[in-house]
Amino acid sequence: MLRRDLLALATGALALATAVSVSAQTPIKIGSVAPKTGALAGGAVVTQWPNVELWAAQVNERGGLNVGGEMRPVEVIEYDDKTNPGEHIKLAQRLATQDKVDFVVAPYGTGFNIAAAPVYGKFGYPMIAVSAITDKVEELTGRYDNLFFTLGTTTAFVTGVRDILVEQREAGNINNRVAMVNVADAFGIELADVARTLFTDAGFELVYDKSYPLGTPDLSPVMKGAKASNPTSFIAWSYPPDSFGLAQQAIIEDLDVSIYYSAVATSFPAFAGAYGSKINNVLGAGGTNVDDPKIAEYRAAHEAVTGKVADYWASANTYASLQILEQAIEGADTTDRAVVTQYIKENAFDTVMGTITFEDNFSAKFWSVGQWQDGVFRGVKGTNVDGAVDVRLKDGWD
Amino acid sequence: MLDIVISGLLLSGTYALVALGLNLQYGVSRIMNLANGEMLVLGALAAFWMFTVGKLNPYLTMVLAAPLAFVGNWLIYRFLLRPLVSRSKNQGQLEVDSILATFGMSFILIGIMISIEGGFFAYKYLSIPIEILGTKASLSRIVAFAVACCIGLALYLWLNRSRTGMAVRAVAVSPQSALLVGINVPKISALAFALGGAITAVGGVLISTFITLDASIGVIFTMKALIIVIMGGVGDTRGVIIAAVILGLVETTVATLIDPGLTLAAAYLIFLAILLFRPQGLFGRKPT
Repeated sequence: MLRRDLLALATGALALATAVSVSAQTPIKIGSVAPKTGALAGGAVVTQWPNVELWAAQVNERGGLNVGGEMRPVEVIEYDDKTNPGEHIKLAQRLATQDKVDFVVAPYGTGFNIAAAPVYGKFGYPMIAVSAITDKVEELTGRYDNLFFTLGTTTAFVTGVRDILVEQREAGNINNRVAMVNVADAFGIELADVARTLFTDAGFELVYDKSYPLGTPDLSPVMKGAKASNPTSFIAWSYPPDSFGLAQQAIIEDLDVSIYYSAVATSFPAFAGAYGSKINNVLGAGGTNVDDPKIAEYRAAHEAVTGKVADYWASANTYASLQILEQAIEGADTTDRAVVTQYIKENAFDTVMGTITFEDNFSAKFWSVGQWQDGVFRGVKGTNVDGAVDVRLKDGWD
Repeated sequence: MLDIVISGLLLSGTYALVALGLNLQYGVSRIMNLANGEMLVLGALAAFWMFTVGKLNPYLTMVLAAPLAFVGNWLIYRFLLRPLVSRSKNQGQLEVDSILATFGMSFILIGIMISIEGGFFAYKYLSIPIEILGTKASLSRIVAFAVACCIGLALYLWLNRSRTGMAVRAVAVSPQSALLVGINVPKISALAFALGGAITAVGGVLISTFITLDASIGVIFTMKALIIVIMGGVGDTRGVIIAAVILGLVETTVATLIDPGLTLAAAYLIFLAILLFRPQGLFGRKPT
C-alpha cells in the first residue's frame, strides 16, 4: 500500500516537474563540437571555447533570443572531438539525431570544417566557419550551401606578408634574402607552396626553404640553418608548439633579421607571456584593432566572463560568428534552419568586427598580419578592416 | 661539425630524460606504461603552474615533484597495477593488461591536466644563450643535459654497485628466478615503477623550461620513449643512454646536413634497422 502511494507521489512529482519545465521557455539548443584534447586543443581552448562560453552567458543574461515573440535562453551542448575528424562526424550526427540541437557552432580547424560540412549540411545547419583558411572557398561553398567562411583565404594570408616584404624592400630596410620554414602538415605545406610562388614572383630569393615535422623537439638546427643563410627576413608557416620553439631558438641564436614572422599562435597572449619584451616587433598571423571601442569592450567582457585574455586574432572573429548566428535567428524570427541560412546570405550583421556581409558565403573582412608592439598585438595588414598600424622593424631580441 | 655534435648531445639529454623512467617501468616492473608521456607532461604542468602562480624556480619544483611523483607512482602500482601482475599467468598477458590499464590511465591524467590548464604551458626559464666551443645553446637545455647525465650515472652506479640495485637487475632479468633467491619481487617492482615515474616527472619539469607543451602532447613523448627503450634493449640503462645519444646525433645531423623534414624518417629508419638486425636491442639479451 505504502509502496503504491510512494509511486503515485513520485509520478505526480515528475508530472509537475515536466509541467514546470514546459511552462518555462524551451531553450534554443546550440551544439558545439571542437577539440578539448589532442593536437589542436591548445589552440581551441584559447580561440574557440571561451567565446562560446562568453556568447551563451551574454545572451542568457539578456534573457535569451527573441524568437516568435518569446525570449528563449540558449543551451550549449559541448563535445570534445579529440582532434579526430572521425570522432567529430560521429558527434555531429549525435547532435543532430539525439540531442536534436537547433544550431551549431562551426568546428575548429580547416580540415574539420571541410570534413564535417557534409554532415552538418545534411541536417541543414548553417556553419559560420572561422578557424578555417583555404584557397578552395569557392569550390567548397559551391558544394555546401550551408558553409560560410570569415577568416580569409590562404592567398590573402600570404599576400599580407608579401606586401610587407615588398614595402620594406622599397623603403630600403631589407634586401631580397628571405629564409622560410614551414611545419610539414597540410596547413604549413599549403601556405609555403603559395608563398614560394608569391615571394619569388615579387623578386625575393628564398635563401633557406625547409620544412620540419610537427612536434619537432629541437628546432635549433632549423634556426641555425636559417641564420647561416644570412637573410634579412625570416618567415615561418608554423603551428602552436613550433611558433614558440622558433622564437625561443631565434632568441638563443640572436637571429639578426629586420622582419620576423611566425604564423599561428604568435597572436596568443601566452606568446608574450613566455617571452615578454623579447618578442617586441615580431610579426604573426592575425591581428586586431584594440583601439576600436567595440573590440575593447569585447576583450574586457571576455576576460571578465571566462577569466582568460582573448587572443589577438580569431577570438574576435569567433565571437562575431556567434553574433551573426544570434542576429540571424532573431532577424529570421524562427529556428527553421533553412530560413536562417538564407537570412545569413542576404543580410548585414553588426558585430565586434564591424558590419559583416556575405558574398557567395564569403565575408571579406579579416586581419591577416599583426605585430607585437609594446605588449599589444596590433593588426598591420588586413582586408576591409580599419586601424592598421605601421610595421616596425625587428631590432634584436632584448 | 662540432656544432652538430653539441646540439645532438643536448638533444640526447632530452631523449634520455624521456626514456630512462619508462625503461625502469617496462624493463623491471614489466609494465608497458602508456601513460609515461602524461606523467612527463604532469611534471611540466607542475613546473608551469608553480612558476606562473607561485613564481617558483622550476628547479625547485623539480626537487619537490620527484618525491611526490615517486609516492604517486608507488600508489598507482600498488593499487592499480599490482592486481594485474598477480592475476596474469604470463608476461604476454601482463603486457596486454598493463597496456590497456595505463592507456585508460593516460586519459584520466589528460582530463585532470586539462581541468587545470587547457592551453599551452608557455613559460620560459633560463633561456639565456651560452656558448660552448663556438655553438650557442640555451642554458636551460644545458642544465637539462647535466641533470640527465647525473640521473643516468646515479642510476647506473646504483644498479651496479648497490645490493638493492642488484636485486632490481635480477628482477629485470627474470622475476621467477629472482623469487627463488629470496628477492621480494613485488617490492622491487613497485620500487622500480615508482622510481621510473619520478624520473619521468623530473624530465618533464626540465623539458618544460625549453619546450612549450600542452596537456595532450604526452603521447609524442611516450612514442619516443618506447623507441629508445626498445632500441637500447629493454631494462638496460646503458642501452637507453646510448640509444638516446644515437637518436639525438642522427636527428641533428640529418636536420643540419640534409633536411629538417627528414628527422622523423631518419629516426624510424634506425629503429627499423635495429629491429631487423638486432631485435633484442643494442644491449638486450637474446631470449633463450
